[in-house]
Amino acid sequence: MNFDFSDDQRLLQDAVRTMLAETSTSQAVREVLEGRASHAEAVWHNLIEMGAAATAIPEQYGGAGLGYLALCLVAEEAGRHLAAVPLASSFYLAAEAIQRAGSEAQKQHWLPKIASGEVVATAALGSRERYRPAAPLAFDGQTLTGTSPALVDGGIAGLAVLRIGDDLVLVELSGTGVSRNPLPSLDPTRPLAELRFDRTPAERLAGANGAAVASRVLDGAAVLLAFEQVGGATCILEATRDYSLERKAFGRQIGSFQAMKHKMAEIYTAIELARVHAYYGAWALSSDAPELPRAAAAARVAATRAYTVAAEEGIELHGGIGFTWEMDCHLHYRRARHLGQIIGSEHAWRARLADELIKEAA
Amino acid sequence: MDFRDTPEEAAFRAEVRAWLEANGQKRTRPDEVFGEGLDDAAKLAAAKAWQAKKAAAGYAAITWPKAAGGRGGTAMQQVIYQQEEAAYLVPGMIFEVSIGMGLPTVMTWAAPELKARFLRPGLAGEEIWCQLFSEPGAGSDTGGVRTRAVRDGDDWIINGQKVWTSGAHFCDYGILLTRSDWDKPKQEGLTMFIVDMKAPGVEVRPIHQMSGDAEFNEVFFTDVRIPDSYRLGPECGGWKVMLSTLMQERLSVGGNLPTDLHAHLVALAQQCAWDERPAIEDDRVRARIADAYLQQKGVELVIARGLTAISKGKAPGPEMAITKLIAAKAMQDIAAFAIELAGPEGLLGFEALGGDWRYMQRLWLGAPGARIAGGTDEILKNVIAERVLGLPGEIRSDRKVPFRDLESA
Repeated sequence: MNFDFSDDQRLLQDAVRTMLAETSTSQAVREVLEGRASHAEAVWHNLIEMGAAATAIPEQYGGAGLGYLALCLVAEEAGRHLAAVPLASSFYLAAEAIQRAGSEAQKQHWLPKIASGEVVATAALGSRERYRPAAPLAFDGQTLTGTSPALVDGGIAGLAVLRIGDDLVLVELSGTGVSRNPLPSLDPTRPLAELRFDRTPAERLAGANGAAVASRVLDGAAVLLAFEQVGGATCILEATRDYSLERKAFGRQIGSFQAMKHKMAEIYTAIELARVHAYYGAWALSSDAPELPRAAAAARVAATRAYTVAAEEGIELHGGIGFTWEMDCHLHYRRARHLGQIIGSEHAWRARLADELIKEAA
Repeated sequence: MDFRDTPEEAAFRAEVRAWLEANGQKRTRPDEVFGEGLDDAAKLAAAKAWQAKKAAAGYAAITWPKAAGGRGGTAMQQVIYQQEEAAYLVPGMIFEVSIGMGLPTVMTWAAPELKARFLRPGLAGEEIWCQLFSEPGAGSDTGGVRTRAVRDGDDWIINGQKVWTSGAHFCDYGILLTRSDWDKPKQEGLTMFIVDMKAPGVEVRPIHQMSGDAEFNEVFFTDVRIPDSYRLGPECGGWKVMLSTLMQERLSVGGNLPTDLHAHLVALAQQCAWDERPAIEDDRVRARIADAYLQQKGVELVIARGLTAISKGKAPGPEMAITKLIAAKAMQDIAAFAIELAGPEGLLGFEALGGDWRYMQRLWLGAPGARIAGGTDEILKNVIAERVLGLPGEIRSDRKVPFRDLESA
């Protein structure tokens, strides 16, 4: 029984943590929050340079070839330090879709560019929930016309993978016939934009398998995002704990009140439950186990719950100071919402988990 | 990351499996228990016969040193044995306190001749031990015991009452926590003894539990004499002895949940109707099943992390306290939801409703006890807050006061 990461994987995690502690500071995150930067450039540069972002891309395509377990731990640190970078869009989604569905030529062409950071990529692989009428987006086999859904990092991406019906379509964004429309976001540290296409050259990534590939990529992303969520939740819980030891009221440290202690114990319990489901998802992802859909959905629901409760109660336990712009509590509140919905909501993934469980029981 | 055994672990597992197949009896229903249909005396005799067989094969105390009658094995081997034994009809609770608490305390604190006297018959199941710590006025706050020990020549005279004593009605010996000095503060005036449960003045009364069972007892002591040689540890050293007893549980990995729980829930939701359709087709029911799985599988996975530590020769951390916290409440929630699925008919006992309901109904009635035994939810949250998160301990007014003065307060 070895339900843990290896020492080598932990070493990489430590290195990433040290780097992020120095560069992904509150100030760096706030540059993006307040619209002075599209992303935390130094953080992104370092993640690429260390080979940390491209751990799961095989060496033949310019990655580090270290596999998904390493990427999970990079994700945990990115989440913990609120890294404002296109890690999920480029690496959990776009690169994965290309790796799983691209032709050899597509992989040769694009994966090294993504791995080296030359191109930021993004993807929209579909979700069950919708509010706005679907923007018409048509692919005629060679060109794309219409409007994309809101894409994370759509403002800076040079490449997008878009799901259109059962097709996955690859479109380069640096050429003519593409315009970008930045959209306001509840978490401005992860900016959104929609793309407008006018007979823009595009190519099919996978034929009839598009829906299945999208589903597989989303399962992997659910696991990786769960690590970001666990990292973020741990960070805000620790900050809350530290503040409760500092702040005094009624002549005592507020962290000595049982109402506070028990709430923090409950948050801790939710995080540990999410952590083990994330680990199980990491195992399923890295070993390509048939349990992946179930493990990924469980990791996603548990981690979304944990980060949501840690962020919400983190502000509550801080009291008034937690409601100010200057404190980082709201960065977690916003990020928890972003991570919890960007590939479909907790509700949607709980439904998927139930489907898997009932399928298995039949 | 790998859920498989190491080669050494696999070899031990194969050995255990072969022995169990040759000597044990496999469970045929998930809720089947050892000795169904036997009366209490016959069940106890069968349990003792099983324990003797297990001890002879070297599986009774796998982690104990060979000199004390154990196998000198690893904690992981102990875990592997338990995993394999779980599929068999074995007397679970009867020897748990003997092997897990009573005898290890004797091994640590008793004089050599007492060890020679007690360890072997205890391991072989010839004598069974209980643990007498809790009292009506000392539950979560164990330091508040009032059972009085008064020195009389070479003996001690014991008067008082214990409660929640598992198996006292069939036990031969117990480890007994008493108060021998009322002028010292709470935890400093306690002394631990071995007590002969058949001695004159020991009276055992079963506690009729809300589930209808009677697994626990009240034990009354009236002028019971215990020789000083049966004292465990120094006079007024009882708190430390008790902590050493509880430390034995450190290598255990906390609360567990039946791994087939959500499958049972799915099966019942398929049988129950909601608006003339199977309830399983209702999205709200499906969402509850998903949440049940998160809790149940989560406990299994937290335990897997604890086992990973054990497998590497380390002790699992205090964070394992979350398993019992999650498991007991999940058991209650899942069983209650299962019963709810049948609506008004769900109020019928399984005898009328059908055997499929026995399992969930038994869990529902047992769950309140599971949430309390071994640390209430509230105590466990304190443990997590203080030992894991490093938050301050509770403000206490009983630390430095002589116990006598607390009493009069």
